[in-house]
Amino acid sequence: MEIIRDNIEKSEFLVHRSVFADKEILARERAEIFNKCWLFIGHETEVPEKGDYRRKKVGGRNLLLVHGQDDVIRALYNTCPHRGALVCRENEGNARAFRCFYHAWSFKNDGELVGMPGKDGFPKDFNADGTKNMKAVNRFESYRGFMFVNFDEDAISLDEYLGNAKEYIDLVADQSESGLETLGGIQEYSVRANWKLIAENSVDLYHGMPTHKTYFDIKQSQDADLKRVKLEGKGVQLDNGHGVMEYVAPWGRPIAQWTPIWDDNLKKDMEEIKEGLVERFGEERADRIANYNRNILIFPNLVINDIMAITARTFYPTSPGYMEVQGYSFAPKGEPDAHRKARNTNFLEFLGPGGFATPDDNEALELCQEAYNNNTEVQWNDISKGMSREGGALATDELQMRSFWRQYNAVLQESYNKEVALK
Amino acid sequence: MTLTRQDIIDFLYTEAELLDEWKLNEWAALFTEDGTYIIPPIGDPDASPLTSIFYVDDDRKRLQDRAERLLKKEAHVEYPHSTTVQNYHNIRVSNLESESITVKCNFTTHRTKREVVDTFVGKQVFELVHVNNQLSIKNKKVILALDSLRPHGKISLIL
Repeated sequence: MEIIRDNIEKSEFLVHRSVFADKEILARERAEIFNKCWLFIGHETEVPEKGDYRRKKVGGRNLLLVHGQDDVIRALYNTCPHRGALVCRENEGNARAFRCFYHAWSFKNDGELVGMPGKDGFPKDFNADGTKNMKAVNRFESYRGFMFVNFDEDAISLDEYLGNAKEYIDLVADQSESGLETLGGIQEYSVRANWKLIAENSVDLYHGMPTHKTYFDIKQSQDADLKRVKLEGKGVQLDNGHGVMEYVAPWGRPIAQWTPIWDDNLKKDMEEIKEGLVERFGEERADRIANYNRNILIFPNLVINDIMAITARTFYPTSPGYMEVQGYSFAPKGEPDAHRKARNTNFLEFLGPGGFATPDDNEALELCQEAYNNNTEVQWNDISKGMSREGGALATDELQMRSFWRQYNAVLQESYNKEVALK
Repeated sequence: MTLTRQDIIDFLYTEAELLDEWKLNEWAALFTEDGTYIIPPIGDPDASPLTSIFYVDDDRKRLQDRAERLLKKEAHVEYPHSTTVQNYHNIRVSNLESESITVKCNFTTHRTKREVVDTFVGKQVFELVHVNNQLSIKNKKVILALDSLRPHGKISLIL
């Protein structure tokens, strides 16, 4: 199966459009990608106290992210070991124990079975081996507060998996000495398009101006001198299919890049934050943290965008032409109200299902999907931009997307090759 | 002149009609100079916009921006314009005598585009003011009665 054509000599990179529409390919992605890669489950500040829990859909599973009384955060499979029913039905809350309503088996918040009616019907050593406890995902690791699960027991460590993408996650996390926190109201939405299209779109600066012209029109009306900062930077291919674009942009960043629509108090505050960053990290790194934006794609389906606000999104396919998206918002813990207001105002101007930009992205992806019904005759997408450029890719090139596709291709080809070897 | 309940209902129906007819500048003009339009997170209608991320938290300037943006050809998600039917039901009016009138209603908004119909349902709470014989919207709050924005995927319209 030919998925990509990666022609360095010709500076041409093609992706076969069947990957967006084919059910057999989706089944293979589930087996080889979602069952084997590290997948983002949430941020540690979502369950800060003992007993805090949140239901999470990750890689097609129903999980329960829970902070146990033993102070360990786990991902439990939200299914009763007895007959399978979903145990916890509330989306979030705080509980010492969970009880399955079907036969009233109950479990401590670390998953241990602690009670069921009619004990006389079971042997005394029932559950001595622990198989009647709610099962936890064995591979659960975190980096700078970002927590991940992996359904493959033999997977490499998260640290190794993230590789040199950690440098960019650090730049986001280092914004605040007290750490980042998630805001309430995780946005649960969808796109009628293949999941890989949002992975591409999230590290695509090339589409910025044409797709989001109306956003930039509004920014221009707020700041006549908007063009003093151009939208420019570099694109980088990272380890294991990850990619990033790092660039300057004309919008305000509530971490030390002031914009004329903010008042003088905020200007002073932004200058102070910048000075603090310079003290902690030196001029060069402080400049990167404060004045550069980064859109990070962690293969296969985590995007961390540190732009006019900080958002993270994950996205899972339920069919080739439909994905479910979770959109998070992050901010420095204990941020003053005026900064938080500026941040959230920035967020909503661009991001989210009610923003002035994200719905247009959504539309672009859906129009791609709609037109893939021409796949039989028109077979290839072009992702070549910047291949012929000397001296490194620009943020408006497509190298960071090629990074994703090269890994995607490597994973799927390995699976095809194994099948051939078995035959 | 004293307002009647019917005056309030007529005002709401006119507001819905302006949205359905894509007369969005006229819609924005219904708001007071400090008017706001908000859609809080699903399941948390009383959330604070500082600790939770809303879908929409527009001040007067931004709701004007929203209206003007949607009328542009480059607001791709709504070009060509979708077709909408906005309905208000179960309308409850309180403090009709005062300058600030609270109106609660249920709503159903059907949006159709590219042969797909999405239906938004929930409640709306309007704070209306009656000054110089004219009704204006001081605040319009849309509380979605959904589990998520699936399959809608977006709130590209003004609800």
